[in-house]
Amino acid sequence: MRAKRRRLAFVVCGMVTLGAAASLVLAAFEDSIVYFYSPSDVAEHTPPPDRRFRIGGIVVKDSVIRGADATTVRFRVTDTLNTIEVAYTGVLPDLFREGQGVVAEGQLDSAGRFRADEVLAKHDETYMPREVADALKESGRWRGAPGGGE
Amino acid sequence: MIAEIGHFALILAFLLALVQGILPMIGAARGEPALMATARPAAIVQFVLVAIAFLALGHAFVVSDFSVELVARHSHTLKPLLYKVTGVWANHEGSMVLWVLILTLFGAMIAGLGDNLPATLRARVLAVHGLVAAGFFAFILFTSNPFLRLAPAPVEGQGLNPLLQDPGLAFHPPFLYLGYVGFSISFSFAVAALIEGRVDPAWARWVRPWTLLAWCALTVGIALGSWWAYYELGWGGWWFWDPVENASFMPWLAGTALLHSAIVVEKRDALKGWTVLLAILTFGLALLGTFLVRSGVLTSVHAFATDPGRGVFILFLLVLIVGGALALYAIRAPGLRGGGLFAPISREGALVLNNLLLTTAAAVVLLGTLYPLILDALGGGKVSVGPPFFEATFVPVMVPLLVACTIGATLAWKRGDLSGVLSRLGIAAAVAVAATIAVAWSAGGGDLLAAFGLGLAAWLFVGALAELAARIGIFRLAPGAVLRRAAGLPRSAWGMTVAHAGLGIVVAGVTASSAWQTERILSMQPGDAAELAGYRLVFRGVAETAGPNYRAVTGRFELERGGRALAVLRPEKRSYPAEKSETTEAAIHTTWLADIYAVLGERASSGAWTARLYHNPLVPWIWIGAVVMAAGGAVSLTDRRLRVGAPRPARAGKAGEAGARRWRRGGAAPAGGGGGGAAGAGA
Repeated sequence: MRAKRRRLAFVVCGMVTLGAAASLVLAAFEDSIVYFYSPSDVAEHTPPPDRRFRIGGIVVKDSVIRGADATTVRFRVTDTLNTIEVAYTGVLPDLFREGQGVVAEGQLDSAGRFRADEVLAKHDETYMPREVADALKESGRWRGAPGGGE
Repeated sequence: MIAEIGHFALILAFLLALVQGILPMIGAARGEPALMATARPAAIVQFVLVAIAFLALGHAFVVSDFSVELVARHSHTLKPLLYKVTGVWANHEGSMVLWVLILTLFGAMIAGLGDNLPATLRARVLAVHGLVAAGFFAFILFTSNPFLRLAPAPVEGQGLNPLLQDPGLAFHPPFLYLGYVGFSISFSFAVAALIEGRVDPAWARWVRPWTLLAWCALTVGIALGSWWAYYELGWGGWWFWDPVENASFMPWLAGTALLHSAIVVEKRDALKGWTVLLAILTFGLALLGTFLVRSGVLTSVHAFATDPGRGVFILFLLVLIVGGALALYAIRAPGLRGGGLFAPISREGALVLNNLLLTTAAAVVLLGTLYPLILDALGGGKVSVGPPFFEATFVPVMVPLLVACTIGATLAWKRGDLSGVLSRLGIAAAVAVAATIAVAWSAGGGDLLAAFGLGLAAWLFVGALAELAARIGIFRLAPGAVLRRAAGLPRSAWGMTVAHAGLGIVVAGVTASSAWQTERILSMQPGDAAELAGYRLVFRGVAETAGPNYRAVTGRFELERGGRALAVLRPEKRSYPAEKSETTEAAIHTTWLADIYAVLGERASSGAWTARLYHNPLVPWIWIGAVVMAAGGAVSLTDRRLRVGAPRPARAGKAGEAGARRWRRGGAAPAGGGGGGAAGAGA
């Protein structure tokens, strides 16, 4: 009997831990998941200004404008159908290039411009971020991967 | 010709692995010594063959034989010799050769040193090991042959990704592989025990050193990887909860749990079924990590092997190996009788809690890592799960573990005495509370979580030392008696103390660097000065410099504090013409209590340069603590009891996971980390 009760105590303890972990996970999923949208997605259903999300696409050629103090940068990201303007303060990754894939995380400001606080560029000049490749395929402008990616 | 010899040696090794997987198994089942005896020579010769293959590949890299496609794609004549050698495993194919080299080395060690293993168990362990090896040989030969020729041979190679031309990363993969592959030994033992239908303390004594060795290597490997990310990626952060990092962290968490549960099997003959399951799951997570890294299914995973065929093959191996083992477990585990129950308040009760929390933590990390994949597969949209998720879930699971760690390590076996333990840990509790209050007070009452984190770190560190002090009788006995007791203490007890104290150091580093990092992004003209957490950095402009295979723009920052010059920081922006890529080299000045970290950014039209400056308090403690933890494991490995029938720890030789083309990211977001402690405790 004693043995059974002890075993029960261990099982209950385990269940409680797992239950607590599961509720933590669910709560965290609610708050901290970041969705990925292409510029077309943003154009169709504009996310609310306080919502964090990621955008991805190709950096439009000749669209990069550096501010006078060199720490603020503006550029446009396109999936060839729609284009979104991005503002970013900070140091861009080494492999950030015009005409190449990029992913940025942040939120929209009231003017509808995307304020990024994180810019990701893959460390390989031939790489196309998977989401960007998929988004380009959806927009029907995919011309085959230049390598890597898919 | 040499490349063909290597290829041929790999094929022979594959066939030999099949023989080793089948004949001894049949021999053990039928009780035929002749068949069982094939296992040992097969394992040793297999290692020799893989070593030949590895040397052949190494030769091709060192002499820059570009008629081998792999060398042409990943090497360059101008590359320094060190990186020609490490380039062998800085790519998918070569790293797999290194993987099987370590795998067969461990197999040969079991064969060569396993004299006191029961003959049938030895045969079965080696047979399971042979089957695992055969799976990986097939993977290499059919999907990732490193010896493919290229005709015509190019005059020059394409070079190695400059991010990988770095000592930290060059030696990080070998350690990771030692860890992953070491867990395959625990796996082989677990499956062999299921086939035998018997798990006993002797079995646990065999498994523990391997697990411990693998755990130490993995700890060092993860620390090296995080250190590399810290100084090479230039974002001031050291852990990003990137799927690649999680891939190595999940087996670490499970392996830490395994380390502790094997102690219970050894000491108390209990938790057998669980320990066997954990051994299977740990290796399963190591394989899953390999799958995630190499299949390219997750974004922001190293663009390592984006060949879907390889991903499918590894997934197939994963299902076969882990699925097969779990099926066997389902059939055989009910037959494993436990050695009796135990009180909840006891060392073994605490170790059960440790296991519960560590596996929960591993499950949480697994869920966060796989969730984007699952959601995408179900058509739920593309998401990324980042540091906020892991901070909100992983840290709350770790806190009770860290609180319980010190108490559990002080509890006696069978029936513990909680009040006695608390009186022994009085000093630790007092120091922890004092540290919490002092930090909270000096931080002006803000940041209570950080104060609590540092209190926890003090609790772990002082608690580990207090437990040792109580055991050897410091403050109670004469100095001579204390020394005698200290000398008589098992090495595994010393190991536990060192590892738990190391954990405390890690927790302090993680907490302080996450809570009090100062970041400044500035636009600076030569002559400009910046204030940073009490320091002053004066920018003195840039100069052009050149390295062996790169050109660089080097900035010069003079670091001062209170008008006194401390150091000159020289961050670089390098450009590698052969690889056509650029890297940013951060300049770091460490005081061991904090790092001053400077990165040179872009040049604006006005002639100003962007500078990214960080003050990272206690950040070096993270890696120091990790090394202390691994050292604790190593001390434990030298324990006489653990050496019974067990080979001595192998020097971390050459091994390797390769390459990282990793996302560069803005916005460093360090997260809570740390985990369970290590090592075993003496009776």
